[in-house]
Amino acid sequence: MSCALLLLLMSLALAMGTGAAVEIQRPRGVPLSKRQFYEENKPFTCLDGSSTIPFDRVNDDYCDCRDGSDEPGTAACPNGSFHCTNAGFRPTFIPSSRINDGICDCCDTTDEYNSGATCQNTCREMGRKERESLQIMAEITKEGFLLKQQLIHEAKRGQEDKQGKLTELQGSKKGLEEKVEALRTVKETAEDPEKEAKERHLKAWEEQKELIRMEKDKTRMAEAFLELDDDADGYVSVAELQSHLELDPDSDGSLSETETQGLLGGADKVDTSTFETVWSGIKDKYLSEVSQGQSEPPAPVETPQEEESRDFVSDHDSDHYPEDYAGEEDVEDDEEDDHEEEEEEEEKVPPTVQTPEKREDDEVSMPPYDTETQSLIDAAQKARDDFDEAERALREVDDQMKNLEKEIGFDFGPSAEFAYLYSQCYELSTSEYIYRLCPFNRVSQKPKFGGSETNLGLWGQWAGPEDNLYSVMKYDHGQGCWQGPNRSTTVKLTCGKETVVTSTSEPSRCEYLMEFTTPAVCQEPASLDEVLHGHTEL
Amino acid sequence: MASFIERMCLYRVLVLSVFLSITQAVDRSNFKTCDQSAFCSRQRAMKPGQSSYTALLETLELSDSHLTVQLLNNNNKVLLLLELYRLQGNMTRVKINELKPIKPRYEVPDVLITDPPTELMSVLAQDEHRVVLSLGGEDWRLILSAQPFRLDIMEGPQVLLSLNSRGLLAFEQLRIRKDTKSQTDTEEAGEKEDTEKHDKEKVSEGEEEEAEEEVDQPGMWEETFKTHADTKPNGPSSISLDFSLPGVEHVYGIPEHADGLKLKNTDGGDPYRLYNLDVFQYELFNPMALYGAVPVLLSHNTHRTMGLFWLNAAETWVDVSSGQGSSEVPQTDVRWISESGIIDVFIMLGPRPNDVFTQYSSLTGTQAFPPLSSLAYHQCRWNYNDQEDVSAVDQGFDEHDIPYDFIWLDIEHTDGKRYFTWDNNKFPQPKDMLQGLLDKRRKMVTIVDPHIKVDSSYKIHTEIRSRGYYIKNKDGGDYEGWCWPGNAGYPDFTNPEMRKWWASMFAYDQYEGSMENLYTWNDMNEPSVFNGPEVTMHKDALHGPWEHRDIHNLYGFYVQMATAEGQIQRSGGLERPFVLTRAFFAGSQRYGAVWTGDNAAEWGHLKMSIPMCLSLGLVGISFCGADVGGFFKTPSAELLVRWYQAGAYQPFFRAHAHLDTPRREPWLFGPDNTALIREAVRQRYTLLPYWYLQFYHAQRTGQPVMRPLWVEYPEDIATFSIDNEFLIGRDLLVHPVTDERSSGVTAYLPGNGEVWYDVHTFQRHDGAQNLSIPVTMSSIPVFQRGGSIICRKNRVRRSSSCMENDPYTLYVALDSQGNAEGEIYIDDGHTFKHKTDKQFIHRRLSFTANSLSSSDLSPDSQFPTASWVEQVNILGAQKPDAVTLTATDGGESSVEFEFDPDTAVLTLRKPGVNAGVNWTLHLR
Repeated sequence: MSCALLLLLMSLALAMGTGAAVEIQRPRGVPLSKRQFYEENKPFTCLDGSSTIPFDRVNDDYCDCRDGSDEPGTAACPNGSFHCTNAGFRPTFIPSSRINDGICDCCDTTDEYNSGATCQNTCREMGRKERESLQIMAEITKEGFLLKQQLIHEAKRGQEDKQGKLTELQGSKKGLEEKVEALRTVKETAEDPEKEAKERHLKAWEEQKELIRMEKDKTRMAEAFLELDDDADGYVSVAELQSHLELDPDSDGSLSETETQGLLGGADKVDTSTFETVWSGIKDKYLSEVSQGQSEPPAPVETPQEEESRDFVSDHDSDHYPEDYAGEEDVEDDEEDDHEEEEEEEEKVPPTVQTPEKREDDEVSMPPYDTETQSLIDAAQKARDDFDEAERALREVDDQMKNLEKEIGFDFGPSAEFAYLYSQCYELSTSEYIYRLCPFNRVSQKPKFGGSETNLGLWGQWAGPEDNLYSVMKYDHGQGCWQGPNRSTTVKLTCGKETVVTSTSEPSRCEYLMEFTTPAVCQEPASLDEVLHGHTEL
Repeated sequence: MASFIERMCLYRVLVLSVFLSITQAVDRSNFKTCDQSAFCSRQRAMKPGQSSYTALLETLELSDSHLTVQLLNNNNKVLLLLELYRLQGNMTRVKINELKPIKPRYEVPDVLITDPPTELMSVLAQDEHRVVLSLGGEDWRLILSAQPFRLDIMEGPQVLLSLNSRGLLAFEQLRIRKDTKSQTDTEEAGEKEDTEKHDKEKVSEGEEEEAEEEVDQPGMWEETFKTHADTKPNGPSSISLDFSLPGVEHVYGIPEHADGLKLKNTDGGDPYRLYNLDVFQYELFNPMALYGAVPVLLSHNTHRTMGLFWLNAAETWVDVSSGQGSSEVPQTDVRWISESGIIDVFIMLGPRPNDVFTQYSSLTGTQAFPPLSSLAYHQCRWNYNDQEDVSAVDQGFDEHDIPYDFIWLDIEHTDGKRYFTWDNNKFPQPKDMLQGLLDKRRKMVTIVDPHIKVDSSYKIHTEIRSRGYYIKNKDGGDYEGWCWPGNAGYPDFTNPEMRKWWASMFAYDQYEGSMENLYTWNDMNEPSVFNGPEVTMHKDALHGPWEHRDIHNLYGFYVQMATAEGQIQRSGGLERPFVLTRAFFAGSQRYGAVWTGDNAAEWGHLKMSIPMCLSLGLVGISFCGADVGGFFKTPSAELLVRWYQAGAYQPFFRAHAHLDTPRREPWLFGPDNTALIREAVRQRYTLLPYWYLQFYHAQRTGQPVMRPLWVEYPEDIATFSIDNEFLIGRDLLVHPVTDERSSGVTAYLPGNGEVWYDVHTFQRHDGAQNLSIPVTMSSIPVFQRGGSIICRKNRVRRSSSCMENDPYTLYVALDSQGNAEGEIYIDDGHTFKHKTDKQFIHRRLSFTANSLSSSDLSPDSQFPTASWVEQVNILGAQKPDAVTLTATDGGESSVEFEFDPDTAVLTLRKPGVNAGVNWTLHLR
């Protein structure tokens, strides 16, 4: 930038210098610097040395030299160039194909000497305008550069702050880590007796439950016996049992005498004590006549088989209990495994409503822990809570450190002058959209009149040319385009006093271009001053 | 520009994009096969055999201009009227219509430039079986056979062409619908009655009055394709006729198809289809219909070239079947099937290729003579976003020193796809933009499509609606369909009043922001209707009394006609128009340029651009090009460079790209590729005088500008199937590199005894050989024919207008006898004054007996030119001792020269004579 500008200003100065001087005679289109090769009335040697021609063939509108040097003032050579002096402005070369093409290219009109085009000499006006804009630019650059120094200063301080904070955090992290380890030991120490006490309690309750269950079974058996013994003779006979079709061992729909006898262990009838052995064989299938008489709970599916299967559920009841209990520790896992479990359950358990028995079982809840156990549990819980809190604190510090390291690790320019842009956002509103540039983060676009935001790219890298890397930012991997690439944005940075997005465009579908001014790219203006005020010395 | 999806309706895009990711090509199911087209499958089910038609010779009437005779369908007793015309210029016209149709059948208007002048026909012999008519010439005869009906055109003992020799003449007469039974009912009844029919036939034999009860077949009175119903209130109306061409193995034409130059056998596959359609991502080597239709077929063998022009604008299918005819002679059979209208066919008898071009252009006119600048390079993209973008691209060309003449704006330049308007945000000052281009002597094209946004605040729409100019739907309301703007109406361009009004919209005070350097592009004029059957208009839509079915293939023709007329009118009839169209028909050549639609950035599409434009050239449409770079997808730098190199040597030279593709202006691919593209474009500009001359000829003679080799070497069988190289005019042979990473091509140089000169190295090669040419990225194999003189302007400037007064360099390529001949044509490049005021220069340049001279070919015309002759290069020359110039006034002067013995090129330095006068250069 500064280099180009310097050159430009030097040549401008040159032009102004020569403009005042007397026009030096030379063939049309020849720059002063090459005047010595075109000596009137002496044979002319092509500048590439390829041939020598009489001088009257210079600018005779026929191309004799391969390099086009014999026709600096005509359009005869395809590769020639024409020099416009452009007094008052900046001298320039144009391709010789633009000589006399009816279009005014040189501000001094010298390229259109035979085309009939009416050109105005605009050099002085252009020179004035350019000097003005250079002046303005120089001022902007000057102020911008001052701001930039400030930015650098702030960035340095900010960097130091961050570094300090990081060191600080590193210290507190160490403390926290130690704390976490200590609390982990405390927790584990408290959890062992808790576990033992809990298991004890559980075992006792299991035993208790078994007793209750057996008691229940006995009651049911007695009830069944009474129910079956229709004639109240103290025996359950084949005939009496035969009415219970649900007991049919081969499920052929009828309970034959032989089958019934089989159920009764080969006997014709059994008394209460013998019935005990019979009961264990039939209790799973047996349907109480009383409950049969009651209105059945609504079945989800109406096929007989599935109705039958209701009773199998009771077998699973005991399985449910440990699962429910284990739930407390496995909450997170449970969520993840939800799918699998659902599928498995579907396979194992036919769809059914819960049986009344199951509900009863559920109602028998575990008795509360005794005070000793409860106090062990409370102690362990406190240790856990303390541990968790310490761990959380450690994580927080970790996160803070990571963020700081990330920020410190960003390439904010040679002097971190772009650091001030970090975690800022700048918006530009157009007729249709609001564009938002969050440097080092992302670019987005939101329709003004409703609609969701579109990601135009995430921070990629600095993408300027080799000699000016920090003049362009590249954001890529934005939202995908139909039949096209992911959206991306190129941000061009120019020197300005203010930090502002000045324009956006979409030159190619889904490839955005944003112009952004910031003092951070303003260059050292010292050399400029020299040129602007020191041209008289040249 | 694009076809039918994108941002229109999102759901559609989503569905399609899913589909596209699988197929990557055309969704064939959107378009009918012959089986899915009721009339095509009905007609195609009919197999060759004895024709059921008899010519009733007793009804024959012969007048000065033509012969009429009735044809009887022996099955249903319906009478047809055959009209035979002998036309001037060795053509025969055969018209067949119902003798008494219950309502008129559509006859295509406006395509023929005049009522073709007839010549006297005389009866040579006649008996009860046949009539022999003289067609003039030495012994050209036409034999009309009565039972079964057929026509044979003979030269001496040789049959050149037969009509209905395979008995495939079929003419579904218009009828009243008998009932409203459901289709299945009819079908069942059909089978029953079919058997009854045979019984009845026996019974009713000899009873003249009794016609067979004709049975409705499915699809005759209604037809459904996908979700679209075609109501067919007029019932079946299709026609079919077969032609046999004994001794013919090569047939060409009937564009537009993405297929090779030589037509293929359609046995076992679908026929070639002619039905103007907006086909999304079309497939190569496929007889599917595309955007345009020219129902003209050329046949060629070493003895004779002939043409068939089937003048019918309805959906048409063409079956081509080549094989052995009787007695081992090769034969090609062609069968045409159209959905409605009449049979009106022009048989062009050649016998030379150029005769056929003359014959066809005497019917439908020649290529419009375009403004010179439109032959230069066009830069297009969907879309140049705004004025700043246009100015940046314009600037880019200057910065990279690449010439261009036209920059194009696609649909996004408008205010919400309302044509004739500008998007106020993006193009707030169109005249400033156009003035900026004008200052650089450049031009612009904006798109104006025929679908008009239905919007009561849009002037164009309200005017068309209030004047009743919209096409009507079957129920009489304005037809509406979806296209770019959303809901849109379609102006009825078949209505001359409508066309007149449309033309008036191009006036500078009507088309706001337009200027004299703004030209027009008609896209989507098939017409494209996103939600219509096959992405086009319902066939039962109404154009006044006619159904869309009758006129479909003409719609795009009329759109371009009206637009071109508008451009002529806005300049008071002074300036030549430039209008590009996507849809076209026979005769479209009169109104401007066409391009091959939405191609893709693939090597196959680059290759296909050659046969597609060759096929169009053969049927009169010379101003043809393909989107350079490929419209869909993104070309590699290599493909883009090769496409520029090929496109620089094709008539219409425009780069174009889809909205969703990355930018591809010529300088975006690194300095090496920029230089290669610059060189290709510059070659185009140096040859503009030659291109312009070719278009001058095309306008005068109807000969194609870009032509297949066989056109110039009709007896050289080796040329008959070549479609990877071509000629521009007679004198330049181009064999573009169309393969990836190519290290060489093999070009066929035709002509026994001819010599060809490489235009880059001037190396001389003999004709009638396959020449292996090693190539690099900069190679564009082009050869100048020995015996020709080509004028170039070697001072390439930023636009063609800037080169107007520049001097010429002559390339005199000597033949084996040391002779050469060429022409030069000069006029103002953009007005009709060459025609109205005879303001032009047309001169012959001839090199013979060591003298090169310029003589006037059109002494009664004149045009002042500042151009002069700066250099003459004589290829294949010998070193002279001296060269003198004799000027118009007889004064002599000596001319300096240089001779390169290695290349045998003699370069004469600066003769300096004006290009419009007589002069002679003598080599001694």
